[in-house]
Amino acid sequence: MNHLDILENKSVYILREAYANFKNLGMLWSIGKDSTVLLWLARKAFFGHVPFTLIHIDTSYKIPEMIEYRDKITREWHLNMVYGKNETAIGSGNSYPAGKTDRITCCGLLKTQALKEVLSAEGVRYRFDHGKGKYVQDPNGDPFTGIIAGIRADEEGSRSKERYFSSRDKENAWDIGEQPPEFWNYYNTDFPPGAHLRIHPLLDWTELNVWEYIDREKIPTVSLYYSKGGGKRYRSLGCYPCTFPVESDAKDPAEIVEELRTGKFSNIAERSGRAQDREDGGGLETLRREGYM
Amino acid sequence: MELAVKDRDTFSVVFTGHVDHGKSTVLGRLLADSGALPQGKLESVRETCRLNSRPFEYAFLIDALKDEQSQGITIDSARVFFKTKKRDYIVIDAPGHVEFIRNMVTGASRADAAFLVIDALEGVRENSKRHGYLLGVLGIKTIVVIVNKMDLVSFDRSRFEAVKSEFSGFLDKVGLVPVSFIPASGLMGDNVTVRSEKTPWYGGRTVLESLDGFDGIPVLTEGPFRMPVQDVYKFTKFGDSRRIVAGRVVSGSVKAGDEIVFLPSGKCARLKSIETFNSAPKLEASAGDSPGFTLAEEIYVKRGEIAVKKEGPRPNVTSRLRASVFWLSESPMVKDKEYTLKLGTARGSAVLESIDKIFDPEDLDKDTGENSLLRNKVGECVIKLKRPMSFDIVSDIRETSRFVLVSDNNIAGGGIILEPLKDKQSWSRDKVIQRDIKWEKSAIPYRLRHRRYGQKPWLIVVTGEKDAARKTIAKKLEEDLFSEGKIVYFLGMVNVLYGVDADIKGAGNDKEEHIRRLAEVSHIMIDAGMILIVTAIEFSREDIDLIRTSVESDNITVIWVGNKVTTDIEPDLVIERPEDVENSVGKIRRHLAEKNALEYDEE
Repeated sequence: MNHLDILENKSVYILREAYANFKNLGMLWSIGKDSTVLLWLARKAFFGHVPFTLIHIDTSYKIPEMIEYRDKITREWHLNMVYGKNETAIGSGNSYPAGKTDRITCCGLLKTQALKEVLSAEGVRYRFDHGKGKYVQDPNGDPFTGIIAGIRADEEGSRSKERYFSSRDKENAWDIGEQPPEFWNYYNTDFPPGAHLRIHPLLDWTELNVWEYIDREKIPTVSLYYSKGGGKRYRSLGCYPCTFPVESDAKDPAEIVEELRTGKFSNIAERSGRAQDREDGGGLETLRREGYM
Repeated sequence: MELAVKDRDTFSVVFTGHVDHGKSTVLGRLLADSGALPQGKLESVRETCRLNSRPFEYAFLIDALKDEQSQGITIDSARVFFKTKKRDYIVIDAPGHVEFIRNMVTGASRADAAFLVIDALEGVRENSKRHGYLLGVLGIKTIVVIVNKMDLVSFDRSRFEAVKSEFSGFLDKVGLVPVSFIPASGLMGDNVTVRSEKTPWYGGRTVLESLDGFDGIPVLTEGPFRMPVQDVYKFTKFGDSRRIVAGRVVSGSVKAGDEIVFLPSGKCARLKSIETFNSAPKLEASAGDSPGFTLAEEIYVKRGEIAVKKEGPRPNVTSRLRASVFWLSESPMVKDKEYTLKLGTARGSAVLESIDKIFDPEDLDKDTGENSLLRNKVGECVIKLKRPMSFDIVSDIRETSRFVLVSDNNIAGGGIILEPLKDKQSWSRDKVIQRDIKWEKSAIPYRLRHRRYGQKPWLIVVTGEKDAARKTIAKKLEEDLFSEGKIVYFLGMVNVLYGVDADIKGAGNDKEEHIRRLAEVSHIMIDAGMILIVTAIEFSREDIDLIRTSVESDNITVIWVGNKVTTDIEPDLVIERPEDVENSVGKIRRHLAEKNALEYDEE
């Protein structure tokens, strides 16, 4: 058993615990490498099936290729796919790209707020209808009580404080100091009415592990991660106005693994191409306390 | 024994110890001196300190969160990823403040090994001992003690030896043997990554050398097979007809063709295949794997049971146990409260029966007769479960001896089982498990039978006071169900008394054996696919527990007939005005419908 097998087996165990404990379970799929690995692990855990809803938050500023890839995989893997968006903010141009807010506020509106509303069922959900081959407005009005997210502890300081199962109150707030203990293979799966739990099966994975696994399992990923000869590729994906590529010639997962192993990026944060992280001296942490992934 | 990691290791290590003894400082120094810090990180923390007019501390490197830096202590078990030439590490920086032991437990339970930091000047303190003891209970065997702040005692060898001798004595009493003691200074860097010139009398390893010298935790692939069942899946999409029993193997291994027993139910089947997705077919699954398997015979198993091999040592099945319990919640563990106990994937109600001993870091031999277990205390307790569970004891298989207690939605404590204790049903349960293991299955899979009969077999127990209309109601219920096409049968206690029980009738007052036999007859009729209505006078809770021992617990409904419940029974339904038979039967029917009883469904 190698280190990837150990990580895989633990994540599979956590996914099954989530499925056993939550009736209304959803998985956040950002289309990025981490949550795509998570989706793959779900197929491992449930032997080819994905027995819960996948949720994507569409800010309307995602790189178009991400949306194409999302819908292609949805069709091929018969996924139960839902997306939501903050239509009010997008409609009124209340965003950073439209020039009305700063980056942090924009993330708060287009991502955190949209996420809250999709989870609580207060916002509109669009579900992919496999018969019609397109998205239709979802009549299902139940809030999600369990949300699986692909965050990793090595990404950034506040994510290193996460539990595998972590409670969020009605407002989606996260009280870091008051988290209950979590040990051995036992998780906090109970929660008061109105609250929900975030489940983090990838907590122990590193960026390198994710690429090693993508390479080993031949997981289809969006091609923005790979250089097409121009010496640039994306290392972390988000909205196009705030996401920038890095200098790299890596053309496939194997070359990215090689690049990471040789330490090319060892002194550069993975999310350094994500502009919102640099604002407010700790942008991601500020966002996360209020409900961001 | 196979080691957990064969190629490039990822090793988790935790730093513990009393508050202000310098855990984070040692760790920060270790990261800085081994070149593990990202570019600019050290400078940015130095700059933050300068702006806030505070002296720079290595600990601030670890305290990544803003409000932690303002309090000056690490409030949660942050994980830090770094690598040495030898391997990758996940370092868990556990808080030492007494209020944050729950975070230390969270951090330490994920670790392969632990460093315990003790201040050379202050010496062994309460939390040094408490952490040492908890590391033992959590199952961490590899412990290195760092005697830190040696600079404050002028690198005095006798001071180091004094701390070493005191703490060794303590650890010895709780059954832990530390790998080594290191004299170090996190602040100055002595013996952290580089051997110090100030301790020429010390010939041992540095902190970094110790870290790289730790062995991986052996995986228990050679022990008896144990797999707590997480779920039984049947995903019918795309014509998938597999019924897959999924779980994580925590001990031993299993292969296709093995005879498997599920406990506590005692159901048996042969393992047909090991299922995977996107990997080569597997013939064997062993400790650490999260496999799924199909069974050659169709049996009803569910989440919460443990799969074991028919051959080899079996786990205990009982509802009472003796355990070392550590309590982490603000409200103490008390006797008159119901807790939820999670053991493997099983989950059930539990109460504290007694506390026999409380661990006191200052006095290990102290015996107590206390009624509650306060936060951060460890006690030897007897716990009574509402329903029996299956488990091993810690000296046999560590993984299946561990449980947690949940109170007010949160994990409030944990424990390791030291000993199984007999309960009121043990004498009968041993027979039932043997019965199930020996059971010769009918040629008709149970699902086919249920489908043919169009019903879910069910035991309806109608009990109550002597003169209440138990039998009238039971027989009316029988008639109603029969007229609707159900295969249903009425069985009075008296029918068993003069037949099956003829040999023991009147011989002493062996009520328990009468009930056991009634339950065994019921078990056969339910296995035959029937809906069975049993009546008896004034059953108690223990009587029902005894019936549940023989009959599948999920398929029983207990009804009390009469205005007043005169025993300690906990019925599913009370019929308060039994004179109105029509209405009473209606209530029972509605209750059964709500519970989704009687009617056949595919799953």
